[in-house]
Amino acid sequence: MFGQIEEYFRTSLDRWTGMLAAHVEVSLLALAIAAALAVPAGILCARYERLKGPLTGLFGALRVVPSLAILLLMLPVLGTGTAPAAVALVLLAVPPVLMNTVAGLESVPAPVLETAAAMGMEERQIWQKVRLPLAMPMILAGLKTAAVEIVASAALAAKIGAGGLGELIFTGIGLFRTDLLLIGGGSVALLSLLTGVLFELLDKLLLKYKNV
Amino acid sequence: MTAIEFQNVSKRFPGAGRNALEDLSFAVSEGEFVTVLGPSGCGKTTLLKLINRLYEPDSGRVLLFGEDIRTADLVQVRRRTGYVIQQIGLFPHWTIGENVATVPKLLKWDKARIEARTDELLRLVGLEPEEYKKRYPSQLSGGQQQRVGLARALAVDPKIMLMDEPFGALDSITRGKLQRELLTLHRETGKTFLFVTHDIDEAFLLGSRVLILDGGKIVQFDTPEAIIRCPAQGFVRSLVDAAKERGRFWEAYL
Repeated sequence: MFGQIEEYFRTSLDRWTGMLAAHVEVSLLALAIAAALAVPAGILCARYERLKGPLTGLFGALRVVPSLAILLLMLPVLGTGTAPAAVALVLLAVPPVLMNTVAGLESVPAPVLETAAAMGMEERQIWQKVRLPLAMPMILAGLKTAAVEIVASAALAAKIGAGGLGELIFTGIGLFRTDLLLIGGGSVALLSLLTGVLFELLDKLLLKYKNV
Repeated sequence: MTAIEFQNVSKRFPGAGRNALEDLSFAVSEGEFVTVLGPSGCGKTTLLKLINRLYEPDSGRVLLFGEDIRTADLVQVRRRTGYVIQQIGLFPHWTIGENVATVPKLLKWDKARIEARTDELLRLVGLEPEEYKKRYPSQLSGGQQQRVGLARALAVDPKIMLMDEPFGALDSITRGKLQRELLTLHRETGKTFLFVTHDIDEAFLLGSRVLILDGGKIVQFDTPEAIIRCPAQGFVRSLVDAAKERGRFWEAYL
């Protein structure tokens, strides 16, 4: 077994790095789009109470649909390749970021916002200097959940031709090659773990005040 | 000079059965230390928030130094009033120095001036700048945090200080110390203080006049001596009696 794995890396390292790069690429793309949609949506929800119910409800419901189902449902609409995979992953990633953004913004203590206003901060300044920065830890936690979920689910995206480490897994299943399964599965697991660690580091780096 | 004046001010919150404040009229002269005393829900916090326009009255006018605050610029009104509350409300993601410098930074003072002012303010409230400036609020005790809250409110030298039970959450030793320091600060700066409390001892100790509020109406507004000599009504009498009762309780042990 180990011989086969070693053999694979000796002969096909380029293929592996190519798949790894594709995996990271589609994951990053999905995460960036999800953040660009969900953080502003969360801000809107926290600002306009009426939007909160419908928006969080909609994405909450979408979250219940299994990721594989979303991927396959996207097939007739967007065809195969990176784009439909990214769309499916975005749908998967929006709920945790949206929910955490709303929760983070709502968790800022009322007295803090009140004293900010009483010192003559304008609405925009209160958001920029106080409310968003204080919601940051929870927004980051939402992004972390989303990123880990994306990296894991991106393996499924190989089913619709998006490439990535999932290819190795599906090839392994098709050919009964345990070594390919182990390399593919192990790589995805390690990438997931690494993503989590990266977000932990980011949290420590950006939010020094929490760790004093 | 009249610093704060209420003219027939009423305030009702949506859905409330009665007015939170009912036709309130009173005036506070510049340099006075007025304490506002009353039970929970009597409207004392509402009264305070009408002065820095966190709330707007339904009818009547509030004047600061003769100027109707409704027509004055909102940000200017708030810069002219320092605001200190029981929950303190320091910004947890900023250091003590940054917290104290909040308003100077909003006003874009130059760096050296902000630095000098921050040090001066921290010393004024009894915190050594070198030791505390770089720390975060969570690293300070409740009493120290409230000192920072006070320094922050004093930053651009407001003429009026609004304080809402600022020492309510502190232990009695720290509270006593801060009360004495606040009186010294009042004497030295000559600022006008409006200090809300539900603690009669605190109200009578600090206030040069005490405004007693019940059910949204002024029950009595006079010096502590006058109130103790002839308490206005049943409510004030019961307050004074309760305080005397406490005094007798302690005397029994001395």
